[in-house]
Amino acid sequence: MMIREKFDELRGKKEGALIAYICAGDPIAEKTVEIVDALVKGGVDMIELGLPFSDPVADGATIQAAIDRALTSGMNPDKFFKLAGSMNVNVPLIVMTYYNLIFRRGIKRFVSDCKSAGISGIIVPDLPVEESEELHQFCRDAGVDLIFIVAPTTTEERMNLILDKASGFLYIVSRLGVTGVREDVADSTEGLLKRIKAPIPKAVGFGISKPEHVREILKAGADGVIVGSAFVNIIAKNEPEMLKSLENLATTLKSVTLNR
Amino acid sequence: MKKFGRYGGQFAPEVLMPALEELAGAYEQHKNDAKFVAELRHYSEDFGGRPTPLYHAKRLSEHLNKKVYLKREDLVHGGAHKLNNTIGQALLAKYMGKERIIAETGAGQHGTATAMAGAVLGLETVIYMGVKDMERQKMNVFRMKLLGAEVIPVSSGSQTLKDAINEALRDWVANVGDTYYLVGSIVGPHPYPTIVRDFQTVIGQETREQILGKEGRLPDSIVACAGGGSNAMGIFYPFLNDDVDLFAVEAGGEGLKKTEKVAYHSASLCAGEEGVLHGARTKILQNKYGQILESHSIAPGLDYSGVGPELARLVDTGRVKARNISDEDALDAFHVLSRLEGIVPALESAHAIAYVQKDDVGDLVVINLSGRGDKDVETVAGLK
Ligand SMILES: Cc1ncc(COP(=O)(O)O)c(C=O)c1O
Repeated sequence: MMIREKFDELRGKKEGALIAYICAGDPIAEKTVEIVDALVKGGVDMIELGLPFSDPVADGATIQAAIDRALTSGMNPDKFFKLAGSMNVNVPLIVMTYYNLIFRRGIKRFVSDCKSAGISGIIVPDLPVEESEELHQFCRDAGVDLIFIVAPTTTEERMNLILDKASGFLYIVSRLGVTGVREDVADSTEGLLKRIKAPIPKAVGFGISKPEHVREILKAGADGVIVGSAFVNIIAKNEPEMLKSLENLATTLKSVTLNR
Repeated sequence: MKKFGRYGGQFAPEVLMPALEELAGAYEQHKNDAKFVAELRHYSEDFGGRPTPLYHAKRLSEHLNKKVYLKREDLVHGGAHKLNNTIGQALLAKYMGKERIIAETGAGQHGTATAMAGAVLGLETVIYMGVKDMERQKMNVFRMKLLGAEVIPVSSGSQTLKDAINEALRDWVANVGDTYYLVGSIVGPHPYPTIVRDFQTVIGQETREQILGKEGRLPDSIVACAGGGSNAMGIFYPFLNDDVDLFAVEAGGEGLKKTEKVAYHSASLCAGEEGVLHGARTKILQNKYGQILESHSIAPGLDYSGVGPELARLVDTGRVKARNISDEDALDAFHVLSRLEGIVPALESAHAIAYVQKDDVGDLVVINLSGRGDKDVETVAGLK
């Protein structure tokens, strides 16, 4: 399913989007399928699947640890695409990874592998718009969304460059820093959301873990929220009731996005 | 210039892009400013001990049957070329109004030089260092603390330089407003490779004047060790358009072998492949999927999976020749220089010394003696 269709559908139902990040292969590939099913069952609208890279500079300790577990379990790009392709889910899948894995596989091949595996979008936290020309072209040709990150520090000039190339949605970083659970959500988010007039959906991520965060962010004008570390923390514990806990957290967070 | 051929660029998180722009602008603004230049000169000379001598190593020359000069960067304050860069960047940080500097360190040399610059310029200084490196370089850890820096141990990944860089980047992402990231080599996103190279070019400028004064001609070759490549680029740069052979000597470690996870060397120029690491497109040690390999070298300052993009470019064009020297041969050279010249070289620099035995360096050779080996004495003693 395409990302924009999903946002349109949710808008029609007056709902915000709940996007969940998990790292593929954490703790093992087989479990990832069950985790995704549990999240979707809990009400998650889109899944952001991390393809683990050895040097994840934009990620904090929680997701870094997940990436380490996934790499240790043997996750790699070949297995990743096989895994994604085998998933039978009715929500958009998005891959989040670092640029060297794309570059190394061959940009064209990476995009076409995404297409074949039913992945509708790509997020690359270490690829700013200035370096994205090649990937952008292949994505556009293949009809895969290239999702860009916008930060509180992004200048007007760069915002325009980004809006020019962005598709799917804009990934709004709610605060300076790496991924990870935070107690509160930054005030800067609201200002940043107001700055963006373009008609592209806006989803806010980094540090969101609680229903209050979700409520605040959606009230501030976002079309969706991205929750990563809060789910990954549950996976890290790897307890017998993990799947149920994931589903429950998804349900709790999703409920806040209804009836906007 | 953001790129060196197809290498370099700015592969950085969005949060940092404005900071990189600000840095590039500030550097352009200040680098030729008379006040900045005078202040930098003051610190390099009166604080740092520049200019460093170009020393004719007579006994080593006899031993090798060629005329060998050593550019004595080991005599720079702190014991390595690193201060040339840190004092320049710390001053730039000050001119930019930043109050806090952060840095990564491998050998502890860059961390020490950063701590010195931070202390003398009154800047809060935080150093990230891999736990494995902290064990190998205890003296430098202690020195950094003495100098008032906070040393943060990095226990993720391979617990060496690349992980310290990852952690420093994370700090910068979170504190980009008041913090200056003081990169230690000609690596990272633009404008770092250019800034660091410029501050290290003083090595080459002095060498050029000194060799012309002593020999009336340019050397046949210049030999420097290369981790990230800053001491090499610094001495090479003023000679790029001359008929002088330039050798970048990497850490061959235990041989140019690798597995899916580790390389037994740190020879990114000799054995690396094109990729993107720490903000730049360059030659890196990686597996077939693009995962970065843990590197190895007996010399912690060379133990890095990437290399500066400008050096990668110059190796591709053939201007710089990439070579590598094994742990064992470097260790030999460490002893040879100590005994013949009364100079204990850094294990990093020992790689350059070892290479000069080869025939292709000509009859008149300059070695960049990038640092002194006090920091390595414990390591070498432990091998016996
Ligand atoms: C003495 C010495 N030489 C060389 C290096 C390698 O760095 P570069 O290749 O940037 O000169 C280091 C790094 O710590 C060092 O301490």
